[in-house]
Amino acid sequence: MTTAIGADTARKPATMAQALGRALRDAMAADPSVHVLGEDVGTLGGVFRITDGLAKEFGEDRCTDTPLAEAGILGTAVGMAMYGLRPVVEMQFDAFAYPSFEQLISHVSRMRNRTRGAMPMPITVRVPYGGGIGGVEHHSDSSEIYYMATPGLHVVAPATVADAYGLLRAAIASDDPVIFLEPKRLYWSKADWSADAPEQVPPIGRAVVRRPATGGRRSATLISYGPSVPVCLEAAEAARAEGWDLEVVDLRSLVPFDDDTVCASVRRTGRAVVVHEATGFGGPGGEIAARVTERCFHHLEAPVLRVAGFDIPYPPPMLERHHLPGVDRVLDAVARLQWESEWTEGSAV
Amino acid sequence: MTVLEQPGAYRPTPPPGWQPRVEAAPLLPDAEPYRLLGTAAAADISPDLLIRLHRELVRGRRYNAQATALTRQGRLAVYPSSTGQEACQVAAGLVLEDRDWLFPSYRDTLAAVARGLDPVDALTLLRGDWHSGYDPHEHRVAPLCTPLATQLPHAVGLAHAARLKGDDVVALALVGDGGTSEGDFHEALNFAAVWRAPVVFLVQNNGFAISVPLAKQTAAPSLAHKAVGYGMPGRLVDGNDVAAVHQVLAEAVRRARGGGGPTLVEAVTYRIEAHTNADDATRYRPDSEVEAWQAHDPIALLEDAMRDRRLLDDEGVRAARESAERLAADLRTRMHQDAVLDPMELFEHVYADRTSQLREQAAQLRAELDAEADDSGKGE
Ligand SMILES: Cc1ncc(C[n+]2csc(CCOP(=O)(O)OP(=O)(O)O)c2C)c(N)n1
Repeated sequence: MTTAIGADTARKPATMAQALGRALRDAMAADPSVHVLGEDVGTLGGVFRITDGLAKEFGEDRCTDTPLAEAGILGTAVGMAMYGLRPVVEMQFDAFAYPSFEQLISHVSRMRNRTRGAMPMPITVRVPYGGGIGGVEHHSDSSEIYYMATPGLHVVAPATVADAYGLLRAAIASDDPVIFLEPKRLYWSKADWSADAPEQVPPIGRAVVRRPATGGRRSATLISYGPSVPVCLEAAEAARAEGWDLEVVDLRSLVPFDDDTVCASVRRTGRAVVVHEATGFGGPGGEIAARVTERCFHHLEAPVLRVAGFDIPYPPPMLERHHLPGVDRVLDAVARLQWESEWTEGSAV
Repeated sequence: MTVLEQPGAYRPTPPPGWQPRVEAAPLLPDAEPYRLLGTAAAADISPDLLIRLHRELVRGRRYNAQATALTRQGRLAVYPSSTGQEACQVAAGLVLEDRDWLFPSYRDTLAAVARGLDPVDALTLLRGDWHSGYDPHEHRVAPLCTPLATQLPHAVGLAHAARLKGDDVVALALVGDGGTSEGDFHEALNFAAVWRAPVVFLVQNNGFAISVPLAKQTAAPSLAHKAVGYGMPGRLVDGNDVAAVHQVLAEAVRRARGGGGPTLVEAVTYRIEAHTNADDATRYRPDSEVEAWQAHDPIALLEDAMRDRRLLDDEGVRAARESAERLAADLRTRMHQDAVLDPMELFEHVYADRTSQLREQAAQLRAELDAEADDSGKGE
């Protein structure tokens, strides 16, 4: 199944924030069991205005301002799902989802399993995540590893406007709980429909090659997701001047993980760099590098490298540009791959 | 109508005009736990109800004894007994309509069994078999919940969803005195009151959270008093008086079903056995305290009241005990059969569709199982 935005160009949302709002609206219109709940999602339309207009159009019973309590929001969503509804929960910011972790880990993620399939949890948890917007403390965390480490959850992070729409529709339609990580610094990114074409988004769990390598001799794959994808695309452009032919894989979904697309790319290019904002130690990049190494060892001409945030609590906004992996840091990593490749020149399999 | 126009909507106003949102007095619990058995009002309780309650109490006590014995025989990994608390369990199990939902914790197997769950299915969690041995939808009993108080918001969400769908369904959620200190207890009560969700919360105050007495758990006048802070009525009831617990719960259920919102009921009872078979209760409480509570036994209280009304004689007691023995014998027989579990099912219910990673891991386990089978075949 693929999710179409629709041929009507006038309906095309211009920004990622609008695309997410449109996805919620269309999902609610298509299925009366879809309910949105969270803090300030009603009258205000959410602090990022993603839910703008939903309460007006569908009523406060379907787009509900809850008391200020994340465990309560997710815990009541569990009960609503038990009774056949499809709750879409908004967590106001990444670091404010933590009070709900008990419900998420002890119940949402494993209710299907503990009831042997009798009680699926079709809950979507939308989490505006990541840095780069100058947010003060507790407004910029990248918490994906906590979610990834919990069996039973899907973990999704769109990087383009079309994916934001399509993946959110797919998440809401999924009978499993989906942690939907919204890269908040891309909220205002504009749609580039020519780049996003075809406007079809496959089901959750498929990565996509955003920028193919063209077969140059010094090639490598940049593996990324969410807010780091545009960074990688920019780095790939810049690296051309250095004679590098970089392929960019956008994972789109961390769980399930698309080993096939990732490994096919790495086998083509022979080198890989994983790029993300989350901290490196114990972070998603370690898992990804290990998977790639296990599956593509004989195709690798250099160790899989990671470009990640530093292993520090998210820094104050005036310093965040030093923490967030940017184009230069990606290019530095790519340069290190070169050293490895010269050293092994001629010995490639 | 916007929020600001709603009559009675809470808005901070300058102190001179300040008034409480709602009258606190009607929400306050009685000073003493409500009792019914042994009072004049007991004459009005339907004989059929008393006979049902009695039968379930006696069966419940036997069930607890049998399950505890099964832990000694290694058939159950653990059993948190509700001996002494049977009145709360039975009243909770019998008070609901079929369409209503029960949200039990790990100690509430008896309530689930009284509601109609197969006694063996109710124990799979505790024997180390599949976590929930039953389909929750069948008897509308949520899976027994181990993390404290986390089932309470589920009850609120379900009741809220039912009301949104236009169904007159009520959820009854059980929690212990220790569980009332958890954040989820607070959040659930708050959501329930704000949403006027058709939920009833029953706190079984059995004196202890493992070893910690109530005095170290809360400084509130009673747990029922906590209701006032949320804007719902609190009711205090003698948790060993099965008729009183049933009546108070029935009133709360009626109120919820009629759109009157949630109620918090505190049943004052006592845990006669240790926390579980793994606990040593002599470390934290004197025998004399247990004996004092045994003198206030829920079964004896009910039997005395029924004999007064000539609703029970020796023959009636014997019949109830026989029914209980049959239950215990059936439980023994079936629990002594080894559970047959399919290891391949480990991968079946993680997601609606297996991920490629889980497919790989399932193949690995399949190969290991095949190799094991081959090896044991060679050994013969
Ligand atoms: C969140 C959480 N913390 C700790 C425990 C461990 N634990 C199991 S039972 C228990 C005591 C609970 O006491 P109470 O709520 O009074 O219920 P009771 O066992 O007396 O029925 C504790 C601390 C748990 N199950 N869940």
